[in-house]
Amino acid sequence: MANPLPVLVRLHLTGLRVLLVFTVVCGLAYPLLITGIAQLAFSHQANGSQLKQGGRVVGSDLLGQSFDLPKKNPADPNEQAQPDPRWFQPRPSAAGAGYDPTASGASNLGPNSADLLKAVQARRAAVAAFDGVAPGRVPPDALTASGSGLDRDISPAYAEEQVDRVAKARGLDPDRVRQLVADHRTGRTLGFLGDPRVDVLALNLALARQG
Amino acid sequence: MNPTLAGFLQALALVAALALSHRPLGDYLAHTLTSAKHLRVERGVYRLIGVNGDSEQTWSSYLRSVLAFSAVSVLFLYAFLRLQNHLWLSLGFPAVKPATAWNTAASFVTNTNWQSYSGESAMGHLVQMAGLAVQNFLSAAVGIAVLAALIRGFRRNLTDRVGNFWVDLVRVTWRVLLPASVVLAIVFVAAGMVENLHAAAQVTTLSGGGQSIPGGPVASQEVIKELGTNGGGFYNANSAHPFENPNPLTNWLEVYLLLVISFSLPRTFGTMVGDHRQGYAIVAVMALFWVASAALLTYFEWQHSGTALQAAGAATEGKEVRFGIAGSALFASSTTLTSTGAVNAAHDSLTPLGGGVAVFDMMLGEIAPGGTGSGLYGMLVLAVVAVFVAGLMVGRTPEYLGKKLGGREIKFASLYILTTPAVVLIGTGVAMTFRSERAAILNSGPHGFSEVLYAFTSCANNNGSAFAGLTVTSTWWNTALGLVMLFGRLLPMVFVLALAGSLAQQHPVPVTAGTLPTHRPLFVGMLSGVVLIVVGLTYFPALALGPLAEGLH
Repeated sequence: MANPLPVLVRLHLTGLRVLLVFTVVCGLAYPLLITGIAQLAFSHQANGSQLKQGGRVVGSDLLGQSFDLPKKNPADPNEQAQPDPRWFQPRPSAAGAGYDPTASGASNLGPNSADLLKAVQARRAAVAAFDGVAPGRVPPDALTASGSGLDRDISPAYAEEQVDRVAKARGLDPDRVRQLVADHRTGRTLGFLGDPRVDVLALNLALARQG
Repeated sequence: MNPTLAGFLQALALVAALALSHRPLGDYLAHTLTSAKHLRVERGVYRLIGVNGDSEQTWSSYLRSVLAFSAVSVLFLYAFLRLQNHLWLSLGFPAVKPATAWNTAASFVTNTNWQSYSGESAMGHLVQMAGLAVQNFLSAAVGIAVLAALIRGFRRNLTDRVGNFWVDLVRVTWRVLLPASVVLAIVFVAAGMVENLHAAAQVTTLSGGGQSIPGGPVASQEVIKELGTNGGGFYNANSAHPFENPNPLTNWLEVYLLLVISFSLPRTFGTMVGDHRQGYAIVAVMALFWVASAALLTYFEWQHSGTALQAAGAATEGKEVRFGIAGSALFASSTTLTSTGAVNAAHDSLTPLGGGVAVFDMMLGEIAPGGTGSGLYGMLVLAVVAVFVAGLMVGRTPEYLGKKLGGREIKFASLYILTTPAVVLIGTGVAMTFRSERAAILNSGPHGFSEVLYAFTSCANNNGSAFAGLTVTSTWWNTALGLVMLFGRLLPMVFVLALAGSLAQQHPVPVTAGTLPTHRPLFVGMLSGVVLIVVGLTYFPALALGPLAEGLH
């Protein structure tokens, strides 16, 4: 018996059927299978590598956070957040108001952008004054925003540059803080992948444990 | 270890890994595309979709199947996006707006994965995994299917059959992409990527602020995003996001995955045409461009030219500390040469000439090594042009792999190489004439023009990365770029399949003393020259107005 549908219609119906089959296979079965295995075998990672302090979840091991002083007037959206001297500070962030995972992203400012140049100069002056160091000592990662706006890492140079300020604000021995920074330094993976870095979040968590 | 040596070792390790997988993966793909046996599951699928797995199609029937499948996919995905608020796991997000839904549907079906939305604030989990990620699999498989038809055109004689699209599509997805994804997704989760169906969790941070930790089936989507040269990020920050790319090792693995299929397909080609040397010549040309691009881009980023970057002391704007300059540059170069378009750094903030390399990579037509399937069929079309140019030089009728390249074949090849530049340059020109559309540009001067040029180049070549300063959320940009992606994907496929049909019908011509050997270094050099001159230089005036003007300032 001849098929009553025109060839072109039949062709599209075939396409639709293929699509539906693979929507079930690749779009439902596959991610659900992976989710199942992940939840069973790697539930820590699969659920966002949650970081706990005193039984309370304080963030994700992988996502950077802001370490600012509480706002004077929390209702005022125009009030600029001020960095808290008791914590190691992360890089500038373009994600929302800073380290906001609901708005991950970069500044997208070009290499010759006047806005970026102004921001870099302002940050250099602000960081130098805040940390009490010469402006020339402030390393590049302290002056530039990351691609995700959620970078939890800073360069070892930026971490060392902050030691004295943190030690003073917390009334700790600078050498002890310096040792803490050294303990949290990560080298290149396998010796050649990525850059040496310090995980600000882990470092601050260790700092909090010091009291 | 100094950064230069570390960067070099990183690239060297990649070359070694790609070389190791070249033969086994290439041969496995060849077997997948030529085997006479169907798996039991596949027979079940053919029954379900009403296709005879043993029948073959003419080139025009193959093409109609590709087009019908693409049309259905665009409509289905559009409907899915428009209705997401009525479905499960929508996380409370509203329906995607019509223009954005159109753009996104066109984008994922064409393997572009250009994103005019921000994942974490627009897409529910169901539409990500059952809508967008499904096209990550299928659009990659479509590219390989069309390539298979072209290779059969070279291989076969005196026939009008070039294979069965549905069989190719099902086999590549089921036998290659899906099993690889299952294994690698678990590796990715173990390395730290999230894989759950939760909404974001609200937490109080260490210093007492608030933060929301997002969830989602990320690892499963991440694998196929790289492996299928798709590039659409689960989150806005794409592979810069710590949940999509937690550490330097996953970064390296992602670069490997987005290159591996396209660098192995020349082996598939060599195996299928019965002469592995032909495949090696092609892969040599691809490797040449990839190495040059990666080296140049890394060099320019280390130089950190540009007033703002000079003031900062390094090109760290838009880059993650964990990947470093070298890890970001290698990713940028590989993603723009493969039509992937995933990014682990903000391309808009690359140095002027570094960004210029990225846009030039795409302008080459995504062929070194290019997208899955589409990279190699693009390169083979250029090989046809190279043989033709060589033939003109010595006054002989050109032939490639035992096939005469007559007027008909050269017409299809010419149309292929003219289509994408025409779409890019006309699109950029039109956009720049509208004052209202120019308002979408973020950066001023030549860099602003580069944003627009980058957008059209990326969409027409189905890359999907962006100079993301450009605001592309308006109806005009969404509509225009949606059309550009479809033209840039489907028109070349028409010419490739027409070429396949025309080649398959021919008598084979015997190899004589006058035949140009297409496996020797001479041909590698000729083909590289054709790629650079015929394709690359088409864009020279546009490049001069954007990245070159900024970089040489």
